[in-house]
Amino acid sequence: MLRVFTAIPYAWLFVLFLVPFGIVLKISVSDYAVSIPPYTPTFDLAAGWDGVVAFVAALDFENFVFLTEDDLYWKAYLSSVQIAAVSTGLALVAGFPIAYAMSRASDVWRPALMMLVILPFWTSFLIRVYAWIGILANEGFLNQFLIWSGVISEPLQLLNTPVAVYIGIVYTYLPFMILPVYASLDRMDPALLEAAEDLGCSRLSAFWHVTWPLARPGVVAGSFLVFIPAVGEFVIPSLLGGSGTLMIGKVLWEEFFSNRDWPVASAVAIILLLILIVPIVLFQRHQARERAA
Amino acid sequence: MRGLSVFNIVSLTLGFAFLYIPMVILVVYSFNESKLVTVWAGFSTKWYGEVIRNEAFLDAAWVTVRVAFFSATLATVLGTMAALAMMRRGAFVGRTLFSGMIYAPLVMPEVITGLSLLLLFIAIGLDRGVVTIILAHTTFAMCYVSVVVSSRLVSFDQSLEEAALDLGCTPFQAFWSVTLPIIAPAVIAGWLLAFTLSLDDLVIASFTAGPSATTLPIKIFSSVRLGVSPEINALSTIIIAIVTVGVLVASVVSKRQIAAARRDEVLAARA
Repeated sequence: MLRVFTAIPYAWLFVLFLVPFGIVLKISVSDYAVSIPPYTPTFDLAAGWDGVVAFVAALDFENFVFLTEDDLYWKAYLSSVQIAAVSTGLALVAGFPIAYAMSRASDVWRPALMMLVILPFWTSFLIRVYAWIGILANEGFLNQFLIWSGVISEPLQLLNTPVAVYIGIVYTYLPFMILPVYASLDRMDPALLEAAEDLGCSRLSAFWHVTWPLARPGVVAGSFLVFIPAVGEFVIPSLLGGSGTLMIGKVLWEEFFSNRDWPVASAVAIILLLILIVPIVLFQRHQARERAA
Repeated sequence: MRGLSVFNIVSLTLGFAFLYIPMVILVVYSFNESKLVTVWAGFSTKWYGEVIRNEAFLDAAWVTVRVAFFSATLATVLGTMAALAMMRRGAFVGRTLFSGMIYAPLVMPEVITGLSLLLLFIAIGLDRGVVTIILAHTTFAMCYVSVVVSSRLVSFDQSLEEAALDLGCTPFQAFWSVTLPIIAPAVIAGWLLAFTLSLDDLVIASFTAGPSATTLPIKIFSSVRLGVSPEINALSTIIIAIVTVGVLVASVVSKRQIAAARRDEVLAARA
């Protein structure tokens, strides 16, 4: 029975995950052509061995060379990584105090607080990003509020700037930061802190020497969970970032849907994956170590 | 527990304000009379009427629900099988590849998953429509299901299965009458997760949907690009309401199940 249970999902993932990935790899070394499908060479089985030879001979790394020559792509990769890193830092700064407070709440409150963190995660991602358009627009709620309270006299340009993208990423991925940090703080024995304070630690040094080391696995896991999806993000930069924010997910989308250049879109995808492999492997190792500990 | 300090209370208040105010504003302004979304002009439910009369939204909603239902069901079956294969079988040929393929879609950027599946569908000449979205959603959702079910299988007393086998059950009977009822809460949770992931997905659906099938997120995305509209606010409010009710009901039900299971354990221990 277990053989069957292995074979069916195995076959499914092989056909719908591995094979498509192979196709992306193949198209990334093909050439753009005005045809359907819009690339050459296509595989011609009828030509037999000669067909295979002609097929392989026509493949090259031109698209990857093209990516290095046009600095649009470099800039997009760099700014995606930078935006994701800054957003991860901001999510940690915003999420840590929330997780910390949750871990110190009484047992009566904790399930309700957990629910409040998880609920937005189930609510449509698209709607949550959309909600910020009305807030950050020039005539939006935030500017209205700031002008009303006298902080500024002219509306700030927030929508269609990187600031809006940071806010969007922190907002949508905050639960991914809070939950793992909370999980590691929750396991902490509060008596440890009392002991540290009894032994003459100040509150700050008790935090630094006791709480922080214990929270670190959660912080690391949360940071990866925010950083990895944020690098390839498409919805947030395209709704909140406007034309001024360059992110690689958006470049790939436009290369495919607007320029219809499939080979370049595939090459962009391969490079994006290569960039993400390092944090993904580090994350897997971290999780494996945590499970073993 | 030493109770909350002022700092803790401020963090919680600000944190939850940040998480919830955008949605509260969205909901409140869906009842706004004015077409201008950021100026309050009196209470009205007219935008809800507009949403309900909008054929395009209704068609898209129907497509979305059908896709989510079928892909969640398929993903649950496949994901549960994959979890059992990973947790119950020792070494087998291609195990590393198998576990890689289960975990990779979880961290794969959506644009890449979408692009690669679209290229596959074109390569094999499958017309894009409802079927291709279902296939695509099943593929990434089954990985989430298998993670949820695996975590339940870890804390599962395997001797129960062995007892069933010793008592003459076939492996399938043991699975059906012992394993499945015990992991059922995780299987249901996996289905719900797969269902919401599918309802929510824009990127993969955009790549794999043809002109014949438009899902609600695709529809919302194309109208949101033109700016905020009270109609979208009303539609979003309906979706938020359905999800909130669903999640609350699911959590109450699962809490009752856990409480019932604990009671049984206590009774069994006393007996």
